[in-house]
Amino acid sequence: MGINRREFLKIAGISAVAGLGGTSAIDLLRRAPVEASQVSPNPKALTAKRWAMVVDTRKLTEADCKRMIEACHRIHNVPDIGTKQEVKWIWTEEYKHAFPDDMNEFVSDEVKHKPFLMLCNHCDQPACVRVCPTKATYKRADGIVMMDMHRCIGCRFCMAACPFGARSFNFGDPRPYVKEENPKYPTRMRGVVEKCTFCTERLAEGLMPACVEVSNGALIFGDLDDPNSEVRQALRSNYSIRRKPNLGTQPCVYYIV
Amino acid sequence: MLEKALYGSKGYYVWILLLLGIIGLGSIAYYTQLTQGLKITGMSRDVSWGFYIAQFTYLVGVAASAVMLVLPYYFHHYKAFSKMIILGEFMAIAAVSMCMLFIVVDLGQPQRLLNVILHPTPNSILFWDMVVLNGYLFLNIVIGWTTLQAERKGVTPASWVKPLVYLSVIWAFSIHTVTAFLYAGIPGRHYWLTAILAARFLASAFCSGPAILLLLALLLRRLTKYDPGKEAIQSLAKIITYAMCVNVFFFGLELFTAFYSNIPGHMHPFIYLFYGMEGHGALVPFMWAAAVMAIGCLVLLIPSAWRDNENIMIVALLMLVGATWIDKGLALLVAGFIPNMFDKVTEYAPTIPELAIAMMVYAIGALILTVLWKVAVSVKKEIA
Amino acid sequence: MYDGGKIITGLVVFIGLVTFPLWSNVGKAAKKPDPKIDTPVIQQLPEKERKCIEPKALMQAEHMKILNDWRDAVVRDGNRIYVSSSGKSFNMSLQKECMNCHSNKKKFCDECHNYADVKPYCWTCHIEPKEKEKVAWASIEENS
Repeated sequence: MGINRREFLKIAGISAVAGLGGTSAIDLLRRAPVEASQVSPNPKALTAKRWAMVVDTRKLTEADCKRMIEACHRIHNVPDIGTKQEVKWIWTEEYKHAFPDDMNEFVSDEVKHKPFLMLCNHCDQPACVRVCPTKATYKRADGIVMMDMHRCIGCRFCMAACPFGARSFNFGDPRPYVKEENPKYPTRMRGVVEKCTFCTERLAEGLMPACVEVSNGALIFGDLDDPNSEVRQALRSNYSIRRKPNLGTQPCVYYIV
Repeated sequence: MLEKALYGSKGYYVWILLLLGIIGLGSIAYYTQLTQGLKITGMSRDVSWGFYIAQFTYLVGVAASAVMLVLPYYFHHYKAFSKMIILGEFMAIAAVSMCMLFIVVDLGQPQRLLNVILHPTPNSILFWDMVVLNGYLFLNIVIGWTTLQAERKGVTPASWVKPLVYLSVIWAFSIHTVTAFLYAGIPGRHYWLTAILAARFLASAFCSGPAILLLLALLLRRLTKYDPGKEAIQSLAKIITYAMCVNVFFFGLELFTAFYSNIPGHMHPFIYLFYGMEGHGALVPFMWAAAVMAIGCLVLLIPSAWRDNENIMIVALLMLVGATWIDKGLALLVAGFIPNMFDKVTEYAPTIPELAIAMMVYAIGALILTVLWKVAVSVKKEIA
Repeated sequence: MYDGGKIITGLVVFIGLVTFPLWSNVGKAAKKPDPKIDTPVIQQLPEKERKCIEPKALMQAEHMKILNDWRDAVVRDGNRIYVSSSGKSFNMSLQKECMNCHSNKKKFCDECHNYADVKPYCWTCHIEPKEKEKVAWASIEENS
């Protein structure tokens, strides 16, 4: 047998690559057991071309905000950590922190001390989606910026990219900090980023987002692309502002002041 | 050739054992991080990247700096670098390896790392960073190893190596440019949102990387009598001096734009760094130390009489490394996050376990460097 | 053979390592898994409707693949209804649909997963059904 060590190693190497690559190729080519045609959206689902929210800050009190925050955090199993490694989907800020570019120190007393509801802006040009290396965060056709917790590698590039501080990272296991688990919704695990999802799981069942439902009309949620929608009517008849519009991300949360 | 790394003096073994010990201790800290999560670090919701990513950024520069030897040697046939170049290429391998490890230890879910390849996303700069870093690692391993092997056998390297060398020159620029793009394309982080960030990164890389290389090469000369040559040392010191001038100049440009335009968002990070903000000023002493060291090293390096005096040069290079490390390995990251998106200040300081994990990565890098340089020096001595 | 001693020692160590799974498990024969489907929800179903979304053999072999497909369909495409090969519709949800019937995770999922030594990490996020040990539960009820 005229085979020297070099040739043997070459053949062994190639066979190993072929063996490893071959099985994964076969796996990829294997037909999915569930055909795409077998799945469909829930017919009861609320749909829109571009979901948006209008926050009528004139109608909002501290108590209203607290109720909304509680409703959201309870049904989504958002942990209550309370350190600088906290997790939050929706919270309040003062005007000067919510709109830091305004820099108007003589803004009216009412506005100055009013709570402003902060949440993911579900931007039309989201910077977080642009930077995500795994498509774990992505924009749905209806405009919602969504997270796939199964795919997130926890690189936190999205947190650096989001100009609205909307994202939180699970530095540790969140479970011990979830007071009362909602069995209808998952928690998250350590090492992934999370944020408000405009309640996609509720929209899919025909329900309004949790915060909107308990807002007594202070939050309006609807289709920005439909000129007759409630959000468009509210924007037509009131002066509204958005957070940091000069960054070009086109936030879809509007504030009536 | 790798067998050369197995035999060495007593000091060599002690050093290797010391590194393995640090790696062992650091891996205990890393095991804690794997099981508990990144909560053992000083990072927070507001400062969501920290020491790891800062070290990654600094080391990409160190890796890219090999080009400061490769370019004159291969493009301009500057033969004085012939004994130094392999040291540069092998240092690049160690530096890129550390970069990758720093990314991995920073991930919240490292076991999902391959998602970057399984779901390739060309619009993400991090995807491209993975591509260029792996490519650069591959290029330097292939080039360094084959040229050294050819030298050992007394033949010219295979003809396919040349194109790879030229590619590696462009590639070196690309790794640091892409790393700068990680930061420079993000809306709302004013300290990073600057068109000259990539240029600043390259300038800082081309002074700090060769400075580290030169310091290590001088140490190597003392330990092994392997002399890269007086001309090589002086030429490299000159390159370092020019690059540091450009680096300081670029920083001055940033200061001008921020403060003459008087735009608060652009000024705030600088104010935080040099004066503190809302009572927070953890980095203030570091920044002033960096400023003094940056100017001081230029004072010592620019007059050629001082620069050519090796003792003065070593002091100057140490100051240079200190200044650039504070600037890029510490302040750059933190000042991007302070003030935060709500114009509030949350400060950051690394924790002990975080530093232990960073030490582990540095020790792995040092181990790779030691082994590769041992091989290189042994081969060079064998053929001499 | 040069360095025979070293080579043979190396081979012995290598073979020892490679066969580690075999000899480390000697004498620890695992009990054949016996997954249970006797949950209250399933038992309340009429005999004819006591069927999973797809035939048992397919579920046994492909449930992990189906769950992955469901995950992507729901999270990424917003499709939440699954129409099975028998024409029945199901809500694609691990917590709300699968575990509604299979509320006995320990005797249903873990039984085989432990046997096969696979550790799917579904439950670090998804909340598993609250299971009480049957006997203990009964005794608490009696005492109260």
